[in-house]
Amino acid sequence: MTLAAWGNLPAAPAADERAWAERRAVLPAVDGTLLPYGNGRSYGDVCLNSGATLLRMRGLDRFIAFDAQSGVLVCEAGVLLADILDVFVPRGWFLPVTPGTRFVTVGGAIANDVHGKNHHRAGTFGRHVRRFELLRSDGSRRVCSPDENAEWFAASIGGLGLTGLITWVEIELKRIEGPCVVVENTRFTGLDEFFALNAAAEARHEYTVAWIDCLAATPRGIFMAGDHAEAAAAVAEARKPLTFPLTPPISPINALTLRAFNFAYYHRPLPAKAVQHYAPYFYPLDGILHWNRMYGRQGFYQYQCVLPLSARDALEDVLRSIAASGQGSFLAVLKTFGELASPGLLSFPMPGMTLALDFPNRGDATRALFERLDAIVGAAGGRLYAAKDARMSGEFFRRSYPRFNEFSGFVDPKFSSDFWRRVTK
Amino acid sequence: MQKILIVGATSAIAEATARLWAARGEALFLVGRNGARLEAIAADLRVRGAVSVGCLAMDATDRAAHAAMLEAATAALGGLDVALIAHGTLPDQKACEASVELTLREIDNNGLSVVALAMLLATRFEAQGHGTLAAIGSVAGDRGRQSNYVYGAAKGMLDLFLQGLRNRLAKKGVQVLTIKPGFVDTPMTASFKKGALWAQPADIARGILRAIEQRRDVVYLPGFWRLIMAIIRHIPERIFKRLSL
Repeated sequence: MTLAAWGNLPAAPAADERAWAERRAVLPAVDGTLLPYGNGRSYGDVCLNSGATLLRMRGLDRFIAFDAQSGVLVCEAGVLLADILDVFVPRGWFLPVTPGTRFVTVGGAIANDVHGKNHHRAGTFGRHVRRFELLRSDGSRRVCSPDENAEWFAASIGGLGLTGLITWVEIELKRIEGPCVVVENTRFTGLDEFFALNAAAEARHEYTVAWIDCLAATPRGIFMAGDHAEAAAAVAEARKPLTFPLTPPISPINALTLRAFNFAYYHRPLPAKAVQHYAPYFYPLDGILHWNRMYGRQGFYQYQCVLPLSARDALEDVLRSIAASGQGSFLAVLKTFGELASPGLLSFPMPGMTLALDFPNRGDATRALFERLDAIVGAAGGRLYAAKDARMSGEFFRRSYPRFNEFSGFVDPKFSSDFWRRVTK
Repeated sequence: MQKILIVGATSAIAEATARLWAARGEALFLVGRNGARLEAIAADLRVRGAVSVGCLAMDATDRAAHAAMLEAATAALGGLDVALIAHGTLPDQKACEASVELTLREIDNNGLSVVALAMLLATRFEAQGHGTLAAIGSVAGDRGRQSNYVYGAAKGMLDLFLQGLRNRLAKKGVQVLTIKPGFVDTPMTASFKKGALWAQPADIARGILRAIEQRRDVVYLPGFWRLIMAIIRHIPERIFKRLSL
């Protein structure tokens, strides 16, 4: 089995893939460098270590303890967020922050300091991590928290697996009454309407996000605001997930199918307010396992940027550039980040607007578009998300993450990744 | 609530099955060689909902310890409804061919030690008039082939022994289940290249629970192995002996 990243972009495989499943064991002695690999949902190359060793962490998947009064859960770093939800939603607990897929490991969620639809209320995942144990290649183990080994804590959150291996984690779950969410959907045309809707929604709702049609001449989309529903509202979870069984030689995603899809999706009958099971609201794509295969053998890129709140013009520029290029996919998401500080040295969110889109890999054309977008984002003081990135220049990354130098001091000498080698070139 | 004993509880299939039982709120008793790992598994199962989890470190080939182990298990559980025997090793066939000692030891690991445990459990289940005795065999036990016949012989012996037990205990209301997994992706098979026929421990675990519920006798997991092995078993010996399976 060759471990890959979610984007399926061409990449040289690791020389060695080893399972590591005993949290008290020592790290293996290897010739080259190591990198922990969770569930491979990072899009680009933060989870790859070509020509070197990947440690498969999914075997480190046991729960350790749970306090039913406080909601504090201790578990090994290879546990999936999906496992936590399966066990604890029926008992009335939810993740304090969740990204758009539940098939990521707790270790991966920390290493990328993931964020969710409630960033404006709850900040990033790292804000809800109380403690974790960090194992370094020299055999040392540190329990890290905001109060103990605090500098290691800050380096490892968003630390892309480079500061060492996270063995176990203590997080705080939050109470919910039932498994459903109440969702309000509103169509909008133009960014002004988006921002007006967004401001009103953030004040009243816990979860806010917009799907956006990236090919329309004037940006338009659907704003979805959600809240956990009370216990009485009960909707059964959908039938078993489908799976995209193989990688088609030619991707069905192209300019024609995209326009058709976006048109139909925008105009589909949309209830103003509905009660849904949590799964389709938080994890719309998890319902199709291996959906990334639909981009074909060339794979795809994800481009996710954040722009400061003041940079609305830059956001319009970015959207215009994308629309003009004719590239893109139907998976385009727009959300605003709130003021809550992210705890990691390399955490991605800043107060502002984040836009995330998939792009089929059209080679030079796609990369040329990204260069143009980088220029707009960089000039506006924004940055890109490492977890999604496969090609930004090292210079842009180092420039846009002011604590990069500070972080470098915490990288374990025996740990590395394709991403790290790329951005430190 | 069921009272369930698992021997070989640190193995991948056993742990996956235990997790399903824990989610149903059963009471479990885990036996394996590695006490620390048993404790880690027990903690995980308690979080997942097991009403109680007891542990005992014991080597399954240590026959002298079997009776005391069963005592401890039934005392901790307050009875016994299900016993799952899941321990085993994957012999290095080539190394076995060079050593009578190693071959006999592997047959003990995978065959005789299971027989010994099954006998003790059979006596108990027979006396109480109810229960499920389940043991993990293998498709390898369906036909001896050059690549793994030491393992196959042990599992084949187990298949026959359990078949006899099943005949003896059927009238006493006791289920004897022979579980025959095909290729499963576990630490035991880490060195094998995986392909389309390989299953995950969680798939096998679901199959085991279903087979127990449905009071099955012999279950191939995943189910397509029943057809594959039926074909394999029917190949005439004069042809099969020339193959390199």
